[in-house]
Amino acid sequence: MYDVIVVGGGPAGLAAALEARKNGAEKVLILERNNELGGILNQCIHNGFGLHYFKEELTGPEYAGRFIEELSHTDIEVMDGAMVLDISPDRTVHAMSKKRGYLQLQAKAIVLTMGCRERTRGAIAIPGTRPAGVFTAGAAQLYMNIEGYLVGKRVLILGSGDIGLIMARRMTLEGAKVLGCVELMPYSNGLNRNIVQCLNDYDIPLYLSHTITEIRGDKRVEQAVVSRVDENRRPIPGTEIVFDCDTILLSVGLIPENELSRQAGIEIDRRTNGPIVWENMETSLSGVFASGNVVHVHDLVDFVTAESQRAGRGAAEFAKNPDAGSGESFRIENGEAVNYTVPQHVRPDHVGKFVEIFFRTNNVYRDREIRITSGGEVLASFRREHMAPGEMEKIVFPKALFSKIQDHTITVSVVEAEKKVQP
Amino acid sequence: MYDVAIIGGGICGCSLLYELSRYRVSAVLLEKENDVSVGTTKANSAIVHAGYDPEPGSLMARYNVEGNRLIHELCEKLDVPFKPVGSLVLAFSEEDCRTIEKLYERGMENGVPGMKILNSSELHEMEPNVSEKAIAALYAPSAGIVSPWELAIAMAETAVKNGAEVMLRSEVTAIEKQDGAFAIQAGGKTVTARFVINAAGVASDRVHNMIAKPFFHITPNKGEYYLMDKSQGGIVSHVIFQCPNKDGKGVLVSPTVHGNLIVGPNAHDTVPGDLANTAAGLDFVRQTALRSVPCISFRDSIRNFAGLRAISEIDDFLIGESDVPGFFDVAGIKSPGLTSAPAIAKDLVRMLGEAGLALEEKESFEDTRRVVRFKELSHEERAALIAQNPAYGQIVCRCETITEGEIVAALHRPIPPCSIDGVKRRCGSGMGRCQGGFCGPRVQEIVARELGLPMDQIPQDRDGMNIILGRTKEGGRL
Repeated sequence: MYDVIVVGGGPAGLAAALEARKNGAEKVLILERNNELGGILNQCIHNGFGLHYFKEELTGPEYAGRFIEELSHTDIEVMDGAMVLDISPDRTVHAMSKKRGYLQLQAKAIVLTMGCRERTRGAIAIPGTRPAGVFTAGAAQLYMNIEGYLVGKRVLILGSGDIGLIMARRMTLEGAKVLGCVELMPYSNGLNRNIVQCLNDYDIPLYLSHTITEIRGDKRVEQAVVSRVDENRRPIPGTEIVFDCDTILLSVGLIPENELSRQAGIEIDRRTNGPIVWENMETSLSGVFASGNVVHVHDLVDFVTAESQRAGRGAAEFAKNPDAGSGESFRIENGEAVNYTVPQHVRPDHVGKFVEIFFRTNNVYRDREIRITSGGEVLASFRREHMAPGEMEKIVFPKALFSKIQDHTITVSVVEAEKKVQP
Repeated sequence: MYDVAIIGGGICGCSLLYELSRYRVSAVLLEKENDVSVGTTKANSAIVHAGYDPEPGSLMARYNVEGNRLIHELCEKLDVPFKPVGSLVLAFSEEDCRTIEKLYERGMENGVPGMKILNSSELHEMEPNVSEKAIAALYAPSAGIVSPWELAIAMAETAVKNGAEVMLRSEVTAIEKQDGAFAIQAGGKTVTARFVINAAGVASDRVHNMIAKPFFHITPNKGEYYLMDKSQGGIVSHVIFQCPNKDGKGVLVSPTVHGNLIVGPNAHDTVPGDLANTAAGLDFVRQTALRSVPCISFRDSIRNFAGLRAISEIDDFLIGESDVPGFFDVAGIKSPGLTSAPAIAKDLVRMLGEAGLALEEKESFEDTRRVVRFKELSHEERAALIAQNPAYGQIVCRCETITEGEIVAALHRPIPPCSIDGVKRRCGSGMGRCQGGFCGPRVQEIVARELGLPMDQIPQDRDGMNIILGRTKEGGRL
């Protein structure tokens, strides 16, 4: 019997396992499907990781390496090449690996840290032929950084997500010509620093409010047709630009990978595509926690680490005392301009001095006020000069204010700084 | 010299090869691509039709009903995914009600078993997600869903195990007849045969005209599709049609044998080789399908594709001996071609017999096939399999739970795949929601390793669909 089983040995799983161990979980196991720990960080050989958590700039493998190093000084057990096939509500984990065969493992608490996957061409239904040469940016990154293969020489990138931007620079450095980065929205979804360091520094044009409307080519991509879109994101006829290219990289969004969660019966939030979670990252299935990109897609790994430490602590506490607290909770609703929040529920009995609420806005805003309201009354407000969907927001809601909550519900909204909230 | 050469490795060519391999006959199948089942056979609705659509007395009516019966048995014997889920033709108006009554009568005449006309409440009890606006439906329990490419591959593999031959990368460019035998130029080689069967699909008119008197022309007609994530696979449990119109059976919504939902097709005349999806075509498919099943979530689309129907001027299949004795056509095979193929093959072999081919049955004809599908096994079976062969302990495709063991096994079957999509058609790897984003490079590695080829020679699908264009600079690494 394990105290805590962590499913996934990427940055989320590493942090959750270490934190669970530090908080009194004695028998901790990480199940990792690849042959090494580190997850997607292993192929992220660029720098920019760790500025918040380590206060220094690391590459992806270095960031993961810090945790793997720390792990090697603990008695946390790791099974690599091990795929989890299903999890039952009594916290039995079915897994298998080449080395160990078919396994049936029992845990007092489980942390799900499976990460996310990329949206594909099929998800956005790009018209045209279906030649080789259309890759998700992460798949191209794997070919280049792990396998050492060049997947394209004249490249167009669709979507200005961070991986797409990083790959624009990476392919340029490998000698490919990156013709441009095409973004459907009037703003980029990537971090500003990546726009500057990966596009501007290499004179790669960014086409905002544009999309690929046709892919051409028989065996390999030969051309991509790009059109400007109107305010409803529909292509405007007559605005077509034809790019001669052999490769199209897609960076059009990430989807939390929740096959295991769904099959275990865990409630999923349609907005995040991840499990609905409580303040300590517990899911709707008692004793099963989740953190990192499997819950909601993060911008920075540093925040994945912090969230996963919370999950690791929660799991360790649960393993020791599954019946702690009254279980009473309040709900966090999405108000104006808020796309989702994490957590979605809070149990005051599990909260120390404050609860951190993470959310994303539905558009780019300037000079706004974030408000927490309940029963029409403003409980707290926070000023922001700039907000964007590509940058996750965090607010700290003090426990001292919990007594003012009415109907077990608070609402997070983003309003113009001057505007008064209607009661 | 072969007794029989079949041109085209689609569902018809593979059915013919399988049927011929029962007999002491030397048979060869000539396929222009690097694998069988890569034309229309891999890009269609994957429906085993009941047989109420074709005009009674037509070849389509006869072969459809017979083929439907044969496919049930074939899939069982050859371990091919098939589900007899039944089909529903929805009626939205009084006129539609008259149409489904006519279909019912046709079906009765064609010998379709078990049909029933359902009223609105019976229909919605059976399919709660079908539009409220549907007022009646024709239910045909004998319709089903199948994996068309797996059926074609299974038949071709079984034929090869029984001594038949498959020549890939053998595009036929010329056919001559001399001294009672045919000389076929195929992929730079000359193949000689006493009988030739033209099962070249969209190219069947061109192949026919290489030797026989032209009398038909194939106009490829393109159908476009959406394939949806498994989360949508359960929203209907039957094949849902709308009433047929001049363009065919219209847009359907159906579960697939792999657990997804398929939506399509439209119908649009085009030129050979045009398999591009169009914004207008996909738009039409979406709008039309939502009339049948309003709750389809198109944000769960995982892939679009298109296939070509081989439509001739004659509204029926063109099957039989041409004006050149010994040269047979299996041409103009449009829907219900997939369903009909096994029946066509049986009948065509009979015709060959009548034309002088000696049909002596083999004493030992191996007519079964078993494929390991790891995800369908019980916990105990999985444990036993991994203990016996650790390659089954390594998941390669996480979306579809496909193991390395299954992929290695596919690479050592009678017609080994040589591409990532060739493996996909046999094992299902890359068919899931990430569409091979994670497993593509792994599959490519396994194919390269097992076939002893360098990585950059493993294409996505057809030869020349190269994925890797070179090495990175690699810094100090060699």
